[in-house]
Amino acid sequence: MTFTVEKKREEAVKETQGKREKNVVYKTKELNLWYGETHALKNINLDIYENEITAIIGPSGCGKSTYIKTLNRMVELVPGVKTSGEILYRGRNIFDKDFEVEELRTRVGMVFQNPNPFPKSIYDNVAYGPRIHGIKDKKILDQIVEKSLRGAAIWDEVKDRLHENAYGLSGGQQQRLCIARCLAIEPDVILMDEPTSALDPISTLKVEELVQELKKDYSIIIVTHNMQQAARISDKTAFFLNGEVIEYDDTDKIFSTPSDKRTEDYITGRFG
Amino acid sequence: MNSMSSDKEQFSVQKLIAEKKKNGAKKRTEKIVPFILLMTAIVSVLTTLGILFTLLFETFTFFRHVSLIEFLTNDTWYPFSDPGEYGILPLISGTLRVTGIAILVAVPIGLSAAIYLSEFAKDRVRRIIKPILEVLGGIPTIVYGFFALTFVTPLLKNFIPSLEIFNALSPGIVMGIMITPTIASLSEDAMSAVPNSIRQGSLALGATKFETAIKVVLPAAASGIIASIVLGISRAIGETMIVSIAGGSTPNLSLDVTRSIQTMTAYIVQVAQGDAGYGTTIYYSIYAVGFTLFLFTLVMNLLATWISRRIREEY
Amino acid sequence: MKLIDEKRVSAGMKRRIVRNAIFKNLFLFATLLCLLFLIVLFYRILSQGLPHLDWHFLNALPSRKPENAGIYTALNGTLWMMAVVVPVTMILGIGTAIYLEEYAKDNKFTTFIRVNISNLAGVPSVVYGLLGLTIFVRALGLGTSVLAAGLTMSLLILPVVIVAAQEAIRAVPNSLREASYGMGATKWQTILHVVLPAAIPGILTGTILALSRAIGETAPLVVLGIPLYLAFLPSSFLDEFTALPMQIYNWTSRPQAEFQDLAAAGIIVLLAILILMNSVAILIRNKFQKRY
Ligand SMILES: Nc1ncnc2c1ncn2[C@@H]1O[C@H](COP(=O)(O)OP(=O)(O)OP(=O)(O)O)[C@@H](O)[C@H]1O
Ligand SMILES: [Mg+2]
Repeated sequence: MTFTVEKKREEAVKETQGKREKNVVYKTKELNLWYGETHALKNINLDIYENEITAIIGPSGCGKSTYIKTLNRMVELVPGVKTSGEILYRGRNIFDKDFEVEELRTRVGMVFQNPNPFPKSIYDNVAYGPRIHGIKDKKILDQIVEKSLRGAAIWDEVKDRLHENAYGLSGGQQQRLCIARCLAIEPDVILMDEPTSALDPISTLKVEELVQELKKDYSIIIVTHNMQQAARISDKTAFFLNGEVIEYDDTDKIFSTPSDKRTEDYITGRFG
Repeated sequence: MNSMSSDKEQFSVQKLIAEKKKNGAKKRTEKIVPFILLMTAIVSVLTTLGILFTLLFETFTFFRHVSLIEFLTNDTWYPFSDPGEYGILPLISGTLRVTGIAILVAVPIGLSAAIYLSEFAKDRVRRIIKPILEVLGGIPTIVYGFFALTFVTPLLKNFIPSLEIFNALSPGIVMGIMITPTIASLSEDAMSAVPNSIRQGSLALGATKFETAIKVVLPAAASGIIASIVLGISRAIGETMIVSIAGGSTPNLSLDVTRSIQTMTAYIVQVAQGDAGYGTTIYYSIYAVGFTLFLFTLVMNLLATWISRRIREEY
Repeated sequence: MKLIDEKRVSAGMKRRIVRNAIFKNLFLFATLLCLLFLIVLFYRILSQGLPHLDWHFLNALPSRKPENAGIYTALNGTLWMMAVVVPVTMILGIGTAIYLEEYAKDNKFTTFIRVNISNLAGVPSVVYGLLGLTIFVRALGLGTSVLAAGLTMSLLILPVVIVAAQEAIRAVPNSLREASYGMGATKWQTILHVVLPAAIPGILTGTILALSRAIGETAPLVVLGIPLYLAFLPSSFLDEFTALPMQIYNWTSRPQAEFQDLAAAGIIVLLAILILMNSVAILIRNKFQKRY
């Protein structure tokens, strides 16, 4: 088991190094966002690539969550939010009138800071997405549930208790269940807002391994406060400060030779 | 479920979703549902309008038979003579007498219970006593009425031989017990909301718990406590069955609590029960009385809301 | 000279400690008075009513002769009335609560609805009786039917159900809604499949408590003119009926002691139903407490 994971990761790494030209999943152009009077995002321009892990780092309150919540338009649940600019998802502007939010969110999954399984059985949690999108066939659902739980590396731990309440799981298991729930509709992109900040070190490690595994099939954008985590798992890193993108580059570059003084100060722990 | 995934057909969930997509129907549901829910919310607005309209309309008809001046100033309520006399004062007086007795019972007991629960009682004791108070609040008023008439009145008669079978005292006392839980639990909430730091400040100076409760906690929770009493008064004014059963049906202005009385609510019940023909002055009079009752409770409720809204500004 | 005389303080101290103890016990005593009252009430009613409480009492029609009388029609009438009250309050109460918590914008109209509901909760039940008498019994011509009484009772307990449902819905953490929206669920799907299932225990608890109030309410029924005595069962919601509290009221107002005993027996049945409902509500509350 460990062997295969290791091997796959090596392959994945090789793959990224191999071909440089990648498809752009998200193209953010001149994005601005206001919460009422608060100007939370300022002129963001950012390209996010397919099958990569993009980490977003920056001090508290700099707009990381706001940015990734804008990518699936969850930010609009906050009353009084205004935006300007464009975000092209696979070439289509997500703010376009004829781009349904539900459709966007079906293509773009999200994992939250705190594990938030529904107070339902493990099975029903994972089957939730497919069901609300009209998939009712029990056999197909069974397969989706198994596949998603395997994909989230939690199948072995829960396969005998699929119909027990998800609240009986540990925090780390709950978070992987939430990832499984997200995988169940086979999204194209997965957004993760500090997915490990509420977890213990061992669970964190498991989720990190999982994320790297997932990037074969998904494009992942991950917000993290943990610099080591960003350095360990991501391909690209964007450094946010006060609602602006200060620097965006390959993770290796950002962590070895950042070109902006403020990035350097942040990653060396001089502030934040 | 446990078989290997190799023998399973391959499919793409996203494709399945795309096939199932029935955007039209979904969109229509999303539009219609809030509208239907709004309609259910409108029902409570309609209820209020219905109450106001009903009371006002029929009261208005009543005042075509009886002058407002007579209604407000005549000191006799005797509709069953011809012509009837319609002075509301005796009914109001009856209501206030019973309410007064109820408050005299409920405030000391309710506040004592509240102080005991919030300042003295251990958690275990609190967990036993609170449900008991809740039970008292949940007993139907018909049961209290029965108890007042068949137990409390005869009991009181042992001490007050002149007590009439129907009187103000017995239903007043029982009603007091009935509203005690309201006062106790709302006051306790108000007192528990007083920050512990304030209490500790007093205790650290060497004050006893009793002194702290009376001199520090009570004043700090005053508006919540007063609001709870006002709500209790409102409930007592609107209470019907206890006074209908044990209070009697003789409206009067006397202050003697041992005599039979009639409250506004008991009058409504009396008329509704006997067949006062539809369209008679007596029939309309229950709306005039009902409207007066409604105004009394409305003022009390608004007062309670206004007072308790002020608590939140205190700490 | 010292500002504080030590001796006087310590003498005062003793007095104050004694006073503290006295008042503590006084408060406890007042609290226990409630308990005492409850015990006396239950003892009295049980001792008066239990001898009359038998199978015959539950299955007999009302009668002029106390030894023959029973609560068959009253008990059934109450059930008929609840068959109206339960669906009407659940639909209106939960619907309103969802509207207010999930859909309503924060504007004047919403505030008006909220204030209106809290004021409705304070309207005396006898006034609801007048409303029902005018609108349901007379204007809509429903007469003293099950439907008229059921609708009146529904309006009476509606504010309680709404508030309970609102609290239950508000207690559902937002993170669950976000998780659902994040999967591409629509608002209504989220409410139907996530919010309501999570809120249902709380809603049920509150609704059952409200329903138990409707079962014991007498005043509105008297005002509507529901018969105190009826020797047949309703066969539709438009038929006349009588209810348990009405039967108790009827017996209570008779001067003969035998009827008072019957009233006590009826009260035992009424209280038994209420205790049962409350236990169910408490069971639900305890089972599902603190799940998030
Ligand atoms: N719902 C909201 N209403 C108003 N302002 C908000 C709201 N959410 C966030 N903000 C403001 O927007 C700015 C960016 O917040 P955001 O949550 O995106 O920061 P963050 O980078 O995710 O911080 P953290 O690391 O603490 O999660 C902050 O100044 C914050 O105060
Ligand atoms: Mg954040």
